[in-house]
Amino acid sequence: MTALDVETKAPLTATNRTPSPRAPFLSKTWRRRLAGVGWAVVSISLFAGLWEFLWYIEAVNPLLLPPPHIFLQDIPGTLKFFDRTNRVGSVSSGGGVFALLTTVAWTTMRVVTGLAIGFVLGLAVGALLHYSRWARNLLLPTILLLAPISPVAWLPVAIFVFGIGDVPAIFLVFITVFFAIVLSTGSQIASVPVNYLHVAKIMGASERQTFWRVILPSILPALFMTLRLNLFGAWMVVLIAEAVGVGTGLGQIVSMARATFNAKLVFFTMAIIGILGFLSDWALRQIQRRMLWWVAPNQGGL
Amino acid sequence: MTKPAISIRDLTKIWEVEGRPAVRAIDGLDIEIARGEFVVLLGPSGCGKSSLLYMIAGLEQPTSGVIACEGEPVKGPSAERGLIFQEASLFPWLTILDNVAFGLAIQSVLPERRREIATDILRKVGLGDMLDKKPDELSGGMRQRAACARALAMKPKVLMMDEPFAALDVQTRSRMQDFLLQIWRDSQASIILVTHSIDEAIALADRVIVFTARPGRVKQVVPIDLPRPRPTRDPRYHAYRDLFSDLLADEVDRAFAEQQVA
Repeated sequence: MTALDVETKAPLTATNRTPSPRAPFLSKTWRRRLAGVGWAVVSISLFAGLWEFLWYIEAVNPLLLPPPHIFLQDIPGTLKFFDRTNRVGSVSSGGGVFALLTTVAWTTMRVVTGLAIGFVLGLAVGALLHYSRWARNLLLPTILLLAPISPVAWLPVAIFVFGIGDVPAIFLVFITVFFAIVLSTGSQIASVPVNYLHVAKIMGASERQTFWRVILPSILPALFMTLRLNLFGAWMVVLIAEAVGVGTGLGQIVSMARATFNAKLVFFTMAIIGILGFLSDWALRQIQRRMLWWVAPNQGGL
Repeated sequence: MTKPAISIRDLTKIWEVEGRPAVRAIDGLDIEIARGEFVVLLGPSGCGKSSLLYMIAGLEQPTSGVIACEGEPVKGPSAERGLIFQEASLFPWLTILDNVAFGLAIQSVLPERRREIATDILRKVGLGDMLDKKPDELSGGMRQRAACARALAMKPKVLMMDEPFAALDVQTRSRMQDFLLQIWRDSQASIILVTHSIDEAIALADRVIVFTARPGRVKQVVPIDLPRPRPTRDPRYHAYRDLFSDLLADEVDRAFAEQQVA
């Protein structure tokens, strides 16, 4: 922690102290990035520090709420628990980093697959509802009825239908984004600037060309935003699904840790989950920046 | 005898919105616009000028009457009748070059050729350095020039403009008027421009058609008989200015009185 602290802050003060008349030592964007990292370190250090302090004055019980230095103390020991429980972990002998990574990989795979299927199908169904009056009349009432149901409530259904395994977890993630994307697609298509459509018409675009070349690029940024807003929801339900209906993955580890009263393992896994959630949001932001390059960096909460 | 670029016969447009009284936006309009002519439609807001453009463009249907482009009745939108809006309405996900080439892409012109045509037109409108920029990176005036280029790439017979410079500041506006006169001469298209700025009308038009307030009818047709660029210090310029001010003041008063009654 402290080493990182020094590393990130040193260049900052250095550039501040030597204002050269030519280009500065670091470009503006890099300085902003470093400042961001610096504040993140400060914020997390404060949080961990408070926790450690409460432990130090014996305000919290280290068995129930072990502070970071305790649950990060014996990482090899903690990693052993990733072995027995993970289906793929049995390949590696005695757990360890590889077992942790496969556990993480499986959970991530479920999230990504669910999100991808939910996004594409949601977009397709949303567009269908917009273009076909029949589809709208037949499907929309049902969709509006199902949309508010919490994905967690779908869990028993998913297990009844798909059994124990990957599918119920993927299905739950799918449900988390699907309805949101369907409804968002409809409202976004309706709010495409009418002049865009006029331009397409004047240029002689067919309905199909208008959809692919005008409507889709015009609604994608907002849909991607919807996807990002539901990303954290997706991470929540995948853990629940894994704890109950899959038998592998990070959710299963947390569930087992709770059952065996292993607070260290609970907090260690929580830390991993937090980092994963953050990284996946970052990854989506990167995809957004590359694929939707026309959206200005500060628009839509990028 | 060559057919007029646009001929409008006994055109009426009635807006019917459920739960409200029908609005007669345009009533028995007859207009003829020659090939290569620059016509400005001048009138108070809400007099149906914009509706008229949308109907000529084929984006809206007249309630009754006929619009013909070079003798062919207008049935729907076509690139030969280009329309430019108050906002440039460029697609933010395409570069300036691809925006200008959009219509060509829709009409399956090959990419190489597309690039050639679009680059050529962008050079002509003074955006030769902006080919790979995003629309966001351009100023308002540049965006509007790019929108013109997009319409011109389709070699339109008629170019319609719905208050194209209303969102620009005064200096940019007068530059854009010069620019417009230049592309008008180069392209040989007829231009129909809607504005409520008297100075803009005098600066640009061969003929100004003054509209009455709702329902929109032709109040007076005024040919501007001055050399271009229009001499703003000439007494005749001021005579035109006064004439239009009086014509418009009548209509604005009438529209205002009607609103009070309604």
